Amino acid sequence: MTDAELAKASLIFVPLFLLGMMVIPVRAIFRVPLAVVAAFVVSLLLVAGLATGTLTYLVSFSTMAAIYAVLCLGLNSQWGLSGHVNFGVAGFFAIGAFTSALFTTSMPSGALAAYSKQAFGLEMPFLVGVLAAGIVAAIIGFLVAIPVLRLRTDFLAISTLGIAEIIRLIFQNERWLANGPQPLRGIPQPLSCALAQPACSWLPQPIVDWLAPVGPRNYIFLYFAIVSIILAVIYLLLERISRSPWGRVQRAVRDEENSAAMNGKNVTGFRIQTFVIGSFIMGVAGALYAHYTVSIDYSHFNPLFATFIVWVMLMLGGSGNNKGAILGAFAVWAVWTGTAFLIDFATPAMQAISSDLPSRSAYFRWLLVAILLAAIVLFRPQGLIRERKLVSDFLARNTRRKA
Amino acid sequence: MSANEATASEAGPAGIPAAGKRRRDIAARLRSRPVFAGILVVILVLFWVAGYASGSSFGELLSLTVWGVMLGGILSLGAMGVTLVYGVLKFPNFAHGALLTIGAYTAYVVAGLLPQGAPLRPFSFGWELIVAMIVALPVVAIVALVVDRILFRRLRGRDASLVLFAMASLAATFFLRSVVYLIWGSDFYFYYPGRANPALHLPFDIRIQADQIFVFALAIALVAATYVLLERTRMGKAMRATANNPDLAQVRGINTERVIAWTWLIAGALAAAGGVMYGLASQLRPEMGFFLLLPIFASAIMGGLGSPVGALVGSIIIGIAEQLSASFINPAYGPAVAFVLMILVLVVLPQGLFGRSGE
Repeated sequence: MTDAELAKASLIFVPLFLLGMMVIPVRAIFRVPLAVVAAFVVSLLLVAGLATGTLTYLVSFSTMAAIYAVLCLGLNSQWGLSGHVNFGVAGFFAIGAFTSALFTTSMPSGALAAYSKQAFGLEMPFLVGVLAAGIVAAIIGFLVAIPVLRLRTDFLAISTLGIAEIIRLIFQNERWLANGPQPLRGIPQPLSCALAQPACSWLPQPIVDWLAPVGPRNYIFLYFAIVSIILAVIYLLLERISRSPWGRVQRAVRDEENSAAMNGKNVTGFRIQTFVIGSFIMGVAGALYAHYTVSIDYSHFNPLFATFIVWVMLMLGGSGNNKGAILGAFAVWAVWTGTAFLIDFATPAMQAISSDLPSRSAYFRWLLVAILLAAIVLFRPQGLIRERKLVSDFLARNTRRKA
Repeated sequence: MSANEATASEAGPAGIPAAGKRRRDIAARLRSRPVFAGILVVILVLFWVAGYASGSSFGELLSLTVWGVMLGGILSLGAMGVTLVYGVLKFPNFAHGALLTIGAYTAYVVAGLLPQGAPLRPFSFGWELIVAMIVALPVVAIVALVVDRILFRRLRGRDASLVLFAMASLAATFFLRSVVYLIWGSDFYFYYPGRANPALHLPFDIRIQADQIFVFALAIALVAATYVLLERTRMGKAMRATANNPDLAQVRGINTERVIAWTWLIAGALAAAGGVMYGLASQLRPEMGFFLLLPIFASAIMGGLGSPVGALVGSIIIGIAEQLSASFINPAYGPAVAFVLMILVLVVLPQGLFGRSGE
């Protein structure tokens, strides 16, 4: 095994370990060593067993799926926790992406300034950009929530759809803000200097030596590790708060609004809180996306790519269940990327039907995803993993013992 | 929220602070329909002033207003369908925009098959477009019915929640839109590419195309026909009964499934007409229905969901607001103007201008 392969394996180890921690069903003391061993073995096997191209493809697939998983967690904290029907995911996703881009890029200068306009470029570090993305999205979410959350479910759906459209219109038309219809380019990749030559000076020499063989072309391995850590942090925080008394109040507000109000809970306040938290997470997802694709424009945030598919993911995975949200994101993204191969395969047949059809084959995938959503709604509205109805940790344990 | 506050303070001791009472009085008065209608008029007047201040002439503003009324006619064809479906089935049908798109493209195909006649001056279109539209009406009506049979009827049978209905309609809209993309691609089409369509010169400097007048007249005729159908026929009566109370309607021997089927047929046909009219007024593109969805919902909500007259009035207000706003902000923000007005309605007067209160 070469140095490069070992370094890649060490980068894949991080997400695999986190996955192990999430799925291995034993007590925490045994889970850590088990996850370490499993991740170690699997990462080495993956690097040794798969062709380089396949492995890179798998990693970039997982990166995008993990970004969608963050979006799903954001939507789940609105829909699953409080029952908000937010059809405007794309809007908050876009706000996050553009905010982080503006915070981390540099102001275009010289000849470039004529072609590329943006409101500001602060050259802040990646994490500041991510936090700013979340905070700005949360602020917008809060401003939206005040008038809109008082509406009934159906009106909420229409309004959020409209908000996303308006946010997209703004990014499309306001050239001074984020280069308008032209893409905003040059979004920095976090820690990319670790793989570059010469490496960044503040990193300890052993790490630089260890990672150097990976090379800047395989940056995606490092970014996948970063995204998976952020995904894990958000997942843990959400699991923690939904088990807390606060989470119980949220479920009470969702299921029995009147009784919750009678017990002295500020129903509107609690509903706004989940909406803001969800917006924050969607903003973070937007930031992760911006630093992944490096160049963004308004067309990335259309309702198809950013709202519709996220709902399909959450509905498939199981609303109200964070594990289900992550599972749904990976499953639907696998279906989505898988259909690309399917369509390559079917191109000759399509060519036979009409010569225009192969160039429009991308829409076949939308057709399939639409059918998938319809099928979920009709046949399995609760999703793959049901929400765990949990009144109290102790109560659940007692009933299990009885059963 | 405000209802809670009101009951809480009524139940409390008598010493309500005068300022709070006055504020509540104002809020209550704002929520009455005449006052809200007045507010909408004031907003439109302000739009005029803003347009005048940013350099539009009186004639231009008047033209924009007339165009707004014409756009309102097109919107009303969509809003009628949304409002009928909402009235009977009680869910927002996001697939309605896609029905408009399909209507427009169906008429495009049919018009292409027919021999092209001379334009019926002063209009820019020939008789073949009228035939094409008449063909498109039943086609889209049947598409709407099929979507209902495949998706919504099964959900109704299960007594599914509103969110599932909304999700199903979202699935339907993306399905129909991908079909349009697959068949016609993402290019723009015109019913009559390159045909001159000069504006008529009317008094007061109003410049308007004869087509626009035709579009509006047709829209009014169709809306009036729907109104007569709802108010004067047996099926209309059954529809209103089902909208009011489906269980009671069933008890009284009304076949609610048949009523629902007719609702979809009417909504689909109106959407087809709306799509053709919009295609004639601008151009055909796969996203046209989605762009119209927001103004259509805004119109239906402003008029009061379930009220056909309200849909027409709401559409005209939204149409005028969208067109007038183009005189002082970027015209691309037309949907945003419609949206802001919709939020205003939802917050202040959720039952709309003509809707039944106390829902």
